Amino acid sequence: MNFVRWRAVARKEFLHIRRDPRSLALSLAVPLLLLLMFGWALTLDVDRIPTYVYDWDGTPESRALIDQFRGSRYFDIQRYVHSYAPVDKQIDLSHILMSIVVPRYYARDILEGRQADVQVILDGSDSNTASIALGYAQSVFAAYGAELRSEAQIRRGAGKLKAAVDPRIRVMYNSDLESKNFIVPGLIAVTMMIIAALLTSLTVAREWETGTMEPLLSTPLRPAEIILGKLSAFFTLGFTDMLICVLVGVFIFHVPFRGSVWFLMFSSFLFLFGALCWGILVSTLARSQLVAYQVGILTSFLPAFLLSGFIYSIENMPAVIQAITYVVPARYFVSILKGVFLKGAGIRILAVETTFLFVYASLAFLLAVKKMRQKVA
Amino acid sequence: MTNLSFRRIREIIRKEFRQTFREPRMRVLLFIPPIMQLIIFGYAANLDVDNSLIAWCDLDHTTQSRDLLADFVGSKRFEVTHAPSTEAQVQNLLDAGSVQGAVVILPGFGRDIEHGRTTAVQVLVDGSNSNTASIIANYASSIVVSYGSKVLNQQNRDKLVGRAVNAPVHAGIPTLGMRSRIWFNPDLRSRNYFVPGVVANIIALVTLMLTAMAIVREKEIGTMEQLMVTPIRPVELMLGKTLPFAMVGIVQVSLVTTVALLLFKVPFHGSFLMLFGCAVLFLMTTLGAGLFISTISHTQQQAMLTTFLFFQPFFLLSGFAFPIRNMPLIAQYLTWLDPVRYFMEIVRGIFLKGVGVEILWPQMVALAVFGVSILSLSASRFRKKLD
Repeated sequence: MNFVRWRAVARKEFLHIRRDPRSLALSLAVPLLLLLMFGWALTLDVDRIPTYVYDWDGTPESRALIDQFRGSRYFDIQRYVHSYAPVDKQIDLSHILMSIVVPRYYARDILEGRQADVQVILDGSDSNTASIALGYAQSVFAAYGAELRSEAQIRRGAGKLKAAVDPRIRVMYNSDLESKNFIVPGLIAVTMMIIAALLTSLTVAREWETGTMEPLLSTPLRPAEIILGKLSAFFTLGFTDMLICVLVGVFIFHVPFRGSVWFLMFSSFLFLFGALCWGILVSTLARSQLVAYQVGILTSFLPAFLLSGFIYSIENMPAVIQAITYVVPARYFVSILKGVFLKGAGIRILAVETTFLFVYASLAFLLAVKKMRQKVA
Repeated sequence: MTNLSFRRIREIIRKEFRQTFREPRMRVLLFIPPIMQLIIFGYAANLDVDNSLIAWCDLDHTTQSRDLLADFVGSKRFEVTHAPSTEAQVQNLLDAGSVQGAVVILPGFGRDIEHGRTTAVQVLVDGSNSNTASIIANYASSIVVSYGSKVLNQQNRDKLVGRAVNAPVHAGIPTLGMRSRIWFNPDLRSRNYFVPGVVANIIALVTLMLTAMAIVREKEIGTMEQLMVTPIRPVELMLGKTLPFAMVGIVQVSLVTTVALLLFKVPFHGSFLMLFGCAVLFLMTTLGAGLFISTISHTQQQAMLTTFLFFQPFFLLSGFAFPIRNMPLIAQYLTWLDPVRYFMEIVRGIFLKGVGVEILWPQMVALAVFGVSILSLSASRFRKKLD
């Protein structure tokens, strides 16, 4: 291991990046773009569900029921219709998602103390929105039903009914339930993987393809020196991306940051180092840039995006896929990121995850060196 | 365009196919990654909350608190994995992310219920994933509310029975019911929504990337010069370079759709002809965009990064995972400029709703407009670059 030789390779890589300002700009623009999208435009939070009302009954009682929905910010009543036909048509066109149909004898049933069933039609294709909408509708009906019963009870002189059990829901760590608060921290892992998959995995493959790898191998450079030299350039990029994510996320999009900056730096260092070594390994094996890209995307970016708990929670996946997530390093890094940002957790709580990252980083480095040595020899 | 030679175009297509399929690794890589992406996406992209892990902290230990526990477990929505005995332990479990929520029953719960007083159950939900959290909170609160009304009914019955022994139970108290009818996806499986979307995305990304890379590769390794000194005209070169990937794209549509139907049992209510017709419309856009990227890139790495940078916003704004309706108004207008959005709507409409041209014609017109304009824009740029 010779520091001078390492530095020489690093300088060469920095020159490569500097000579190609577009790749440099793009590798900084991708994270910014993702941040902007997730911080500003994209949310999984459901409100203002476009709704039609078909009030077959048309009585003060049915209007009182509909007023419950008008008052809620979750529903946006767009029109009152007088048959099923427009409801069918608009749901087919995806212009509305929901329709409330009040039956013919609603008021009579309520006043005479019978069961009155109100129909709710939902477009289930987007199951997430639909099940949240269904939950909101159910709670409106439950609350209003209780009110109706209590009124009837008072009318009959039986005294007011009191709720027996009151659920007190407290949402921890992200009390406004904003999806950006958990997505933006996870983005750090995703952008690091983009650097690893899109830049690092191409670096050795390009040398093979353009024929500069042979001259590089005939120099006295040792495998570890080539790898560390190539890494230093990409490491700088990856770390810059991380800082951008943290600063923009916290100061522009107001994502809470409750943990320790040092712990964040330390775990990012481990993860980034491992991811980049993996990228080099892929690159050494692939030999062509297109192959390297495909393998890189498949083994680093996609798992980080899909199997890490970044957006889709691991608990809901089938058991086999859950088992696979245990070998996805991004999974551990994403839990660290969420822990540091939202929960203020430190190394004591996240010790297991940190250990895994350490193992990953060392393994990826050793494998990369081994493969590179085989190529050199 | 007058003396466009089909023989020359055919030769380039042949060369392109031979080059692509010569390398065994490439043969595999053309078809395996899309399918793997479909499988990973299909299984992982899932927003359903079926089985949440919760901690149950019972500080009351009465019949009532055990009844409530039975209701939670019986709902099949929750799995109680920890039974901490102090609130500090609850906090630790949530901090470590071992459970997604916790129910805390304070001492006096059972006594309050017996005396007909209102009592409370504390439900703590880990909000880090806001989507999961709001669904869990909804489930938990509906279980607690229904337990409450069960208790209330019981007390009410006792009271009524106490007052007039022969009075019918529930006499004259109205109940309000909700009957929900869920169309297109009655079990609310998010896989039915995501898998068709994945089909759309994979087609887009793969054809875009392959076209861009195939042309830039010739530039990077220097064979473009050689092609230019042959009698091949730019238009012929362009057609010869894009048509193979159009064919690969169509094969991938059928492959990915077949896997989606067989493996994920996603419903398919529409017509295959319609799906292929729209895929062709959409491929015009992706191939045109791939061609465009190739004209502005010099190395494969640049082409790749540019494709990635282009594709990410189109993918994210397409409504694939994040509903367009929830975006800020400006972003909603931006989605009108996103061809993937239209294809996404078409694919989902065909798969889930079985709608045809009568409903989807605006989207098809939009795709055609995008396709023709992108294709002609990049064709003219491509020609200028070569001349």
